[in-house]
Amino acid sequence: MHIEISLQDGVPIYRQIVSQVKYLIASGQLEAGKELPPIRTLAEQLLITPNTVVKAYDELQAEGLVHKRRGAGTYVAESKSPLARREQRNILTRRADALLAEARQLNFTFDEVLDLLKKRQAALNKAISQERNHVGKCG
Amino acid sequence: MSENVVEVRGLSRQFGKTMALDEVSLDVRPGLVHGLVGANGAGKSTLMKHLLGLLKPKQGSVRVFGLDPVKHPVSVLERIGYLSEERDLPEWMRVDELMRYTRAYHSSWDQPYAEHLLDTFGLDIAKKVKQLSKGMRAQAGLIAAVAHRPELLLLDEPSTGLDAVVRRDILNAIIRTVAEDGRTAIFSSHLLDEVEQMSDHVFMIDQGKLVLQGSLDDIKEGHQLLSVRFFTERDELPSLEGMLSAQQCGNHWRIVCNGANGQVRESLRRLGGEVTHARNATLQEIFVARVGRNRLAVSEE
Repeated sequence: MHIEISLQDGVPIYRQIVSQVKYLIASGQLEAGKELPPIRTLAEQLLITPNTVVKAYDELQAEGLVHKRRGAGTYVAESKSPLARREQRNILTRRADALLAEARQLNFTFDEVLDLLKKRQAALNKAISQERNHVGKCG
Repeated sequence: MSENVVEVRGLSRQFGKTMALDEVSLDVRPGLVHGLVGANGAGKSTLMKHLLGLLKPKQGSVRVFGLDPVKHPVSVLERIGYLSEERDLPEWMRVDELMRYTRAYHSSWDQPYAEHLLDTFGLDIAKKVKQLSKGMRAQAGLIAAVAHRPELLLLDEPSTGLDAVVRRDILNAIIRTVAEDGRTAIFSSHLLDEVEQMSDHVFMIDQGKLVLQGSLDDIKEGHQLLSVRFFTERDELPSLEGMLSAQQCGNHWRIVCNGANGQVRESLRRLGGEVTHARNATLQEIFVARVGRNRLAVSEE
């Protein structure tokens, strides 16, 4: 499980773990039923106190994203629940907030941001369709 | 059960005219890693030596496992693992002799664990202590400190002057001690990054005084760093309730404040300032704000 912690922005380390595991789950990189690393293993990998990992796993469990099997580790919960969708929405919301804040700092109006988003969407669609064609030719 | 492993009450110690410890009171709770941070000479080692019973309290009291370590050195020390800042090991011993010697003092010595660590570190047991490099000395000292599986691990500046590999060995020993069965660790360091990563609980010490203590997450969430822009430029700020430090950088001010930051924000607004960015402060920023600048080496990476 790839997790990176940063000491630059003052966010408690357990929160960084929680949000990155949520991201890994919401983005499908951590699938339901998959085991999270044992507490000591993750603590040694990140060089952090094991209690921080315990705190992060407890919080993930409280939110229903993982569950603990007695004496046998922590697993990603089987959930196609609205919770996963809600978490995905939360991730996008944070990105949107950051984008809007930055646009404001740089004196862009909301309409200009919207316009930019539409252009990027068009560019993305074009790139995807080109990629499909490309794959088609190779196949 | 959940009794404190260490209790210090009103401990003061003077060396000449210097207050090495000034009315220090603290509790160490079981199962947690406690980071003791402060500049060199702040009083960290003096505090450790009191916990070990190497110094007798002149004023105040120290209890470890509920006992006075000066009166009950054997009962206390056999439950402690200690790595001193000087790594003062007997120079003339070979590594295997050092292990046998340390083992003789500890009925709970775990020989397979000691051998596992010797093997992991790749230490040559036929070498004499005085022939060991700085990193190997630290590793040998570490095995001697942890192989009896102490209930309390005390490490004084464990990673000072070590390369990244040996540092990792030392930090992993702390992790293992705490992860395996909830034992307790206290380590002192002037490397704030390391303390921020490794501690559940922090004691911040400056000129013998305990200036801040608490759970690391509470401390971080209780301090904010505000980036503030003033509509009319200013060269100085009055002191504000809750503001710990203010530093001007260009047309911005970086302000560290404690929990009452709503109040600070309101005061800043009245002074014509706009908070353009806010986040939790890092331990480094909190330390600098509380203890003053240029008193501490930044991470040695």
